[in-house]
Amino acid sequence: MNKFWIALFATVPIMAIAFFLIGMSKGNGLWLPVNITSIGEEIDHLFWVILALTGVTFFGVEAVFIWFLIKYGGDKNPGKGIYSHGNPKLETIWTIIPAGILVFLALYQYDTWKDAKFKVNAPSQDQPVHARVTGGQFEWRLTYPGADGQLDTADDLEQVNVLHVVKNEPTRLQLRSRDVLHSFFIPAARLKQDLVPGMPNQQMWFTVIHTDDDPSQADVHEIACAELCGWGHYKMRGFLKVHETREQFEAWFQDALAKQNATTEDLGLPE
Amino acid sequence: MTTASPALDHGHASPHADDHGHPRTFIGKYIFSRDHKVIGIQFLITVFFTLALGGLLALGVRWQLAYPWKPFPILGELLWPESGGVMPAEFYPMLTTMHASVMIFLVVIPALTGAFGNFVIPLQIGARDMAFPTMNMLSYWFMWPALAFFGMSFFVEGGAAASGWTSYAPLSTVSQAAPGSMAGQTYWLYGLLCVGISSLLGSINYITTIVKLRTKGMKFFRMPMTTWSLFITAILQAFALPVLTAALIFQVLDREMGTAFFLPTDLSINNESAGIGGGHPLLWQHMFWFYSHPAVYIMILPAMGVVSDILCTFARKPLFGYKPMVLAICGIAGLGFIVWGHHMFQSGMNPALGMTFMTSTMLIALPSAVKTFNWLGTLWGSKIQWTTPMLNALSFVSMFVIGGLSGLFMAATTVDIFIHDTYFIVAHIHYVLFGGSLFGFFGGLYYWFPKMFGRQMSEFWGKVHFLGSFIFFNLVFFPMHILGMGGFPRRYADPYWFDTWKETLGMNRMMTVCAIFLGLWQIILVLNFVLSLFMGRKTDGNPWRSNSLEWMTPKVTPGHGNWGEKTPEVFRGPFEYGAPGCEDDGYLPQTAPPVSASESHG
Ligand SMILES: [Cu+2]
Ligand SMILES: [Cu+2]
Repeated sequence: MNKFWIALFATVPIMAIAFFLIGMSKGNGLWLPVNITSIGEEIDHLFWVILALTGVTFFGVEAVFIWFLIKYGGDKNPGKGIYSHGNPKLETIWTIIPAGILVFLALYQYDTWKDAKFKVNAPSQDQPVHARVTGGQFEWRLTYPGADGQLDTADDLEQVNVLHVVKNEPTRLQLRSRDVLHSFFIPAARLKQDLVPGMPNQQMWFTVIHTDDDPSQADVHEIACAELCGWGHYKMRGFLKVHETREQFEAWFQDALAKQNATTEDLGLPE
Repeated sequence: MTTASPALDHGHASPHADDHGHPRTFIGKYIFSRDHKVIGIQFLITVFFTLALGGLLALGVRWQLAYPWKPFPILGELLWPESGGVMPAEFYPMLTTMHASVMIFLVVIPALTGAFGNFVIPLQIGARDMAFPTMNMLSYWFMWPALAFFGMSFFVEGGAAASGWTSYAPLSTVSQAAPGSMAGQTYWLYGLLCVGISSLLGSINYITTIVKLRTKGMKFFRMPMTTWSLFITAILQAFALPVLTAALIFQVLDREMGTAFFLPTDLSINNESAGIGGGHPLLWQHMFWFYSHPAVYIMILPAMGVVSDILCTFARKPLFGYKPMVLAICGIAGLGFIVWGHHMFQSGMNPALGMTFMTSTMLIALPSAVKTFNWLGTLWGSKIQWTTPMLNALSFVSMFVIGGLSGLFMAATTVDIFIHDTYFIVAHIHYVLFGGSLFGFFGGLYYWFPKMFGRQMSEFWGKVHFLGSFIFFNLVFFPMHILGMGGFPRRYADPYWFDTWKETLGMNRMMTVCAIFLGLWQIILVLNFVLSLFMGRKTDGNPWRSNSLEWMTPKVTPGHGNWGEKTPEVFRGPFEYGAPGCEDDGYLPQTAPPVSASESHG
């Protein structure tokens, strides 16, 4: 029976490997999705660093654990173990080494974190934001400043759920909430930021650097809400559409603006 | 010191021998009992019910993730006849909210600090009872209004609370924001306030008892790890709870009295003004996590203590690095107060604070690592006995490794940007609280059952229960890591209408099937528990040949006052297995008189 239990505990690392292999081979929701941004590359790199460090630690600990089970668990005779209260030298070593690794891990995150979240590092701050994202139960509203570069003016373009950006251009967004908390989550950009009512100038920025080589692909990626916002939380599905060039974006923009103006006139609403 | 209270009597020539002058009616003895052992058992039995409730709620969540918008088996027709048994979308967040709330506040905390804390502490330190027996009784009875509030909330207008167990404002505070934020949220708040009172009464009691009522020779550094961990946990509770209590009251006021602690200016929800405002939603998060991060340690530290005791008993070895282990617990408790912001990296909190909180969070992994290494050190050179408590304790160690390491991914602010609020955190918390705390609870239950009832639980069925729980647990929760790496969001009633996640349905079905088995498998535990009460093998007072004091009571199941004429005297630490002068299997109880001259001075 002892062997049976040892084998059971030995299945844990095997199971871990199995699930990771399943995830990596299937992709599609079971592993990191495609990444399209430069900041996403940095984040993925840090993910792999932590995965490597924790992986080595995990298998090391499991190996020692199972080795001890085999070595000291096979004997049926009751008896006493070695009379030892510890080993201060050993304990000092296994305190200092992980401490070093952990501090390194923390420090190693700093630069990417600053790039991703410190407003002073946001690109093109002298220029207007690319768009404003307003979360509300249960949709995303996108407001683009028109030709005047100002939000909340008559030439703004209002859209629902689809955010259009341009490849290789630093894109800065203003995020705000219309009601409760939401979280603007673009898995393919590896980015997420909560939208907080009362904090109308949250920001997110990124540069899309990858698009699909296959021109038939539309380069559309999903946007999700990551902060519980009510019963329809799961319904806040949005899209990120990447345009290869500024011209393509402008063409879409003018077209959308014309459509918007047409409907406004139809309804007889003031501009 | 006067001996007005029996509990405060250290008991040299006590007038307080077993079993006289105490309540003899059924109600006095078993219902409104002030005996710590009865209260511990009351907590234990209550936890079986709440565990079943929390598990059922979890299966509701799992059903929806495996068979979205399909009629819920058996209960569906009863609950939602108008939709043919399909759960409405509004119900799903109630399930996740109440599952977590029940499991955290009505299962794990009462199981470890309530049941074991009450039963074990006085016995392990040689006290006759808790310092304040009446307060102790109240701490149990405050669980019931909590349970009643949670239970009733399902039947009020709008249904149960649905803003997550974290109850983030303003979703939770503005009644038009969600159906569950009508009356249900208020019930949730009242329920939690009751849990808080219960915890506070318990923790004051534990601290006082441990500081004041240790028997002769029971120095602090001769206490078993269970008592040590519960001691530190109680201190943690006592200092963290007031902040949660204040936050809960603020939220009640925001909801009922029109204050605006958590409400920003000029907010309107569903085209209706939410109130004047002037407050801030992040204030709630800060206050909530100031308690709820330490709460994670409140839920895991006692299990660590229980597991340390069990490992030593069945390894027949002293604990490797006893004092460092105690220091590690203190370290976790201390650092536990300055890491709460790691839940708020993406919340809009100043990102510079994120860096501080990341650094402190990385450091708190250190004492956890030290503990794991020390458990491995305890196994080194041991003589492992494969009993049911030992299997559960070993499983704790191997699951805690996973739960600890996965925490690093979220502690790293940058990686957390991606995996925050995905199934990665769900995997992490379940490896810590189920793989850790619940397996620790199972281990402790099998371990102390003979002291509670004088009989042993069936080892055979105990092992069958362990085997299934271990396998199904891993099959349910390990895949959540890879789902999380895929960005799979938590609290989604239907993730499958996203292309990114629609192909995870197969994996989710497998997990749900295993979750159902995991739930059903617990019937074995309940049956084993109930049948062993009457049919279990009768034991002597110390079936595991353990050294620590709780096994040295004069009666097999200690009577009122625990210790007969005199409380025992203690001469050594709790884990002196294999010390010079011990018996063949390392047995050398804390109460055995000193065997050498050096020991008598130690
Ligand atoms: Cu949402
Ligand atoms: Cu935390």
